[in-house]
Amino acid sequence: MPISTSRPKSFYFLTAFFALFILFLYGPTLTIGILSFQGPSGGLTFPMNGWSLHWYFQLFEQQAVGDFGGSLTRSLLLALAVMVVTVVISLSAGMAFRKKFKGSGVLFYLTIVSLIIPSILISLGIGLLFNQVGIEPTWYGSALGSHLTWTLPFGLLIMFAVFNRFDKSYEAAARDMCATPFQTLRYVVVPLILPSLVGVGLFGFTLSYDEFARTIMTAGSKNTLPLEIFGMTTNVTTPVLYALGTLTTFISFAAIVGTLAILHLLKRHRARTAMEK
Amino acid sequence: MSNERSAYLQALPLFTIMVIFLVIPTIMIVIVSFWDYNAFSIIPDFIWDNYNFLLTSSVTWQAYANTLFYAVTSWAITLLIGFTAAYYMAFHLRTTKSQTICFLLATVPFLTSNIIRMISWIPLLGRNGLVNQTLQTLGITSHPLEFLLYSDFSVILAFVHLYTLFMVVPIFNSMMRIDRKLVEAAIDAGASPWQVITQVIIPLSKSGITIGTIFVFTLVMGDFITVRLMSGGLSASVGLLIYNEISLLQYPAAAAGAVTLLGTVLIMLAILFRFANIRKDL
Repeated sequence: MPISTSRPKSFYFLTAFFALFILFLYGPTLTIGILSFQGPSGGLTFPMNGWSLHWYFQLFEQQAVGDFGGSLTRSLLLALAVMVVTVVISLSAGMAFRKKFKGSGVLFYLTIVSLIIPSILISLGIGLLFNQVGIEPTWYGSALGSHLTWTLPFGLLIMFAVFNRFDKSYEAAARDMCATPFQTLRYVVVPLILPSLVGVGLFGFTLSYDEFARTIMTAGSKNTLPLEIFGMTTNVTTPVLYALGTLTTFISFAAIVGTLAILHLLKRHRARTAMEK
Repeated sequence: MSNERSAYLQALPLFTIMVIFLVIPTIMIVIVSFWDYNAFSIIPDFIWDNYNFLLTSSVTWQAYANTLFYAVTSWAITLLIGFTAAYYMAFHLRTTKSQTICFLLATVPFLTSNIIRMISWIPLLGRNGLVNQTLQTLGITSHPLEFLLYSDFSVILAFVHLYTLFMVVPIFNSMMRIDRKLVEAAIDAGASPWQVITQVIIPLSKSGITIGTIFVFTLVMGDFITVRLMSGGLSASVGLLIYNEISLLQYPAAAAGAVTLLGTVLIMLAILFRFANIRKDL
């Protein structure tokens, strides 16, 4: 933190740099957002050839771009399942890591390896495994597992950060008042860390919803949305691709905004109950 | 219930998932990499042919050279941008609120589809794209620049676009933990702003830099979608070779490629982990 109150020259330079960075992050996505509203005769680039929702309607016509509705449904259901499982398992494992247990080092490094191992390896390995065992890979089975190898490490790392700052005296107080371990968890720990759990859920949801590489060999015969999009990039050359991109980005945004709104409500609710006491 | 036993129970679900979906599949890949195959199926066997072919093929070496080039270039650029952005947020923004807003602004794109973020470069960089149109209108070039799209340039641009955040977040995290008194002490002792950065802030954000480096390196090393989409199929990477073999159902060949890639990544990680104790820094 600069000590003097006047801003140094570098501040303005860095502000401009950061603004450019944000523009770089959002600019391209906004561009396809605008281009997705091309008129029916519009192409993949500027100038805009009229404005319409034509390409959005195209999305929902079965033969135009494959099974968009089905793949979207599958992706959303899968993301919800991954979200719930990620929250539960991350919380449970996070609790475990607060105590000393043999093999905690191994489990920790296993989880880290899961995060940084190239996704295509996971995909290939699970595909081969299911293939050899003779189980049909499905989006709700093998793909669920492969997504968890990507979301659980993030979840666990967030839980580490949470429990590092967690004040253990609350639990001690609960125990002193004869709460069972489950009651302590249910009425003390979970309410205190609820915002972070919502965060873990958000991570799980969006990571799974957008995951492509870990899905190619694990989804089986039915496509998820990212697989559908990847297929489209190679054979669709109309703005319908942009319409799809904009729509899926919008869904991700809705998930993020929804989560932030929940967090905000939680905070307000907590502030209010605290005042009443 | 004893403490240790409950810890085992709580860790069990994570452990089970990791064994079924990480450990066993990896073992499976190693096993299959020694198998034989023909056009129709894969045949259990123990042969070295897959590795032999892989390691003597110039395509492999070219792909490794390409991939390393992508990894090192993307790493250098993401580090530069990521460090500057994190430094700005951590040391130049004065309120927690403005820090949170900027942090969220930088994080949100990471939560949307990578493939969509790649495609969105096409209307900008294409032959008739916005960049070429602008350059020509301004009279800077007379004909469209071809290198913008479907080239090494666009591949690296996409990597930087996708992964800079993996640098920003850990570096920002370790910067937020630097005691501000150290910076003040350095200034009082007569250090120039540049000396403060190079002699106080950089050494103290080392663990963040290392974690970011690990992310960017491993993500780029294993990538095949970005290289495929952004090079227009003109360049190869190790991941893309594996993906192509998977598409051709040559699983044992793909598995041998995957084992080699895994070995390479693990060696790099072993080197990188010497620079930071991740568990301690969490």
